[in-house]
Amino acid sequence: MASYATNEFRAGLKVLLEGDPCAILENEFVKPGKGQAFNRVKFRNLKTGRVWERTFKSGEAIEAADVVETAMQYLYTDGVFYHFMKTDGSYEQVAAAKAVVGDALNWITEQDVCQVTLWDDQPISITVPNFVTLEVTETDPGLKGDTAQGGSKPATLVTGAVIRVPLFINVGDVLKIDTRSGEYVSRA
Amino acid sequence: MAGQSNQWRPTCSLAALLARAAVVAEIRAFFADRDVIEVQTPTLGRTSTTEPQIDSLHTADGAFLQTSPEHYMKRLLAAGAPSIYQLGPVHRAGETGRLHREEFTMLEWYRLGFDDAALMEEVTALMDRILGCGECRRISHESLVGALAGDQADLDLRFANAVERLGEGRWFVTDYPAAQASLARLRPGNPRLAARFELIVDGVELANGYHELTDPTELRQRMARDNAIRAAAGRPHMEADERLLAAMAEGLPDCAGVALGVDRLVMLAMGASNLAEVMPFAER
Repeated sequence: MASYATNEFRAGLKVLLEGDPCAILENEFVKPGKGQAFNRVKFRNLKTGRVWERTFKSGEAIEAADVVETAMQYLYTDGVFYHFMKTDGSYEQVAAAKAVVGDALNWITEQDVCQVTLWDDQPISITVPNFVTLEVTETDPGLKGDTAQGGSKPATLVTGAVIRVPLFINVGDVLKIDTRSGEYVSRA
Repeated sequence: MAGQSNQWRPTCSLAALLARAAVVAEIRAFFADRDVIEVQTPTLGRTSTTEPQIDSLHTADGAFLQTSPEHYMKRLLAAGAPSIYQLGPVHRAGETGRLHREEFTMLEWYRLGFDDAALMEEVTALMDRILGCGECRRISHESLVGALAGDQADLDLRFANAVERLGEGRWFVTDYPAAQASLARLRPGNPRLAARFELIVDGVELANGYHELTDPTELRQRMARDNAIRAAAGRPHMEADERLLAAMAEGLPDCAGVALGVDRLVMLAMGASNLAEVMPFAER
């Protein structure tokens, strides 16, 4: 298996740390004038999302992780697994457990394309687009004329997610949503 | 080629260029006021440092880019030069980071008849001149790093972390353990300690000084010990600098010397946090 020495460390590199796939976020070279050189490294654990900090003696090496991010279309769920298909024409499919899919399903519906992170060909995380458009299926009736200011109310989207929307939004409206904050942006 | 059209540009701002020029001018004025004369010694030499953790770049024909002008400057002192300073580029292989570059500018000076305490006073005066007046507090190496347990790498990491934790302000770290004497003499009354100090400013190692070792026999032993550590770590053997040893056998006058990273000083003077902000072409 390939490995990377500290002098190859850079942000974005995918490595194995304590058995988990991680991405290097930051790599700082630290060296007292006449002392041993170190690399102080921040990693994101790609399975848990947690940030880890570790210090290596310069010259040490860590194993590379076979991690790829690929565009895949969400197909359906069988109730236990969530099935995705590659969009490269290969029709290759993977099945992701609920824990891997996380809250991505708040923002995607069947046929939507998202980024799937595969480690040794198994899905470990799903990244949805920063902005999505989704239809409102349930909300209190809109208040005519109140198009500009003040007030919000809950609205249920076609995915089942509930977000805060302005008072003028009606059932059947299609909304643009920022998936990073889960906030309403505008009518699409 | 369109994507490369900006790559010829300097990596630092015009303001940084002006700040650097001002700092260099102040340094030269500081030493002119004190009758310390500027010298220029070679950047390429036949030998280089034996320091276990410093690697020298070398040319195809086996010459070394100097990691500090120390050996040449001491040969000048042994030949009768008065107090001297040098301001110029030095090189260290494999050191690249926020606070490290393979090529950087070093200010190094030697004061005849000074000990480490007297030289710390002068370093303080230079800091007052460049960075504005401020107190330089003192802390012993042992108080900073703790007891000398663990291997050298553990100690180095503890030192690096402790230096950062000092935070804002100016500190002299004093009373280094004998094992880290480098080219400092040991304290006459206490040979466990070396007459070595470092200046830390705002958590950045800025200068390293010694009441200089003048005994060539002791230096030869230290160089051999350095090479044993280098061999154990798989680093190349570095030949002892026989011309320095010969100069010391002839007689290096009692003196203290210190080396200071000028790029880091400019960085601190500007309130920057990365050397790339103050070096015109930090592109390698």
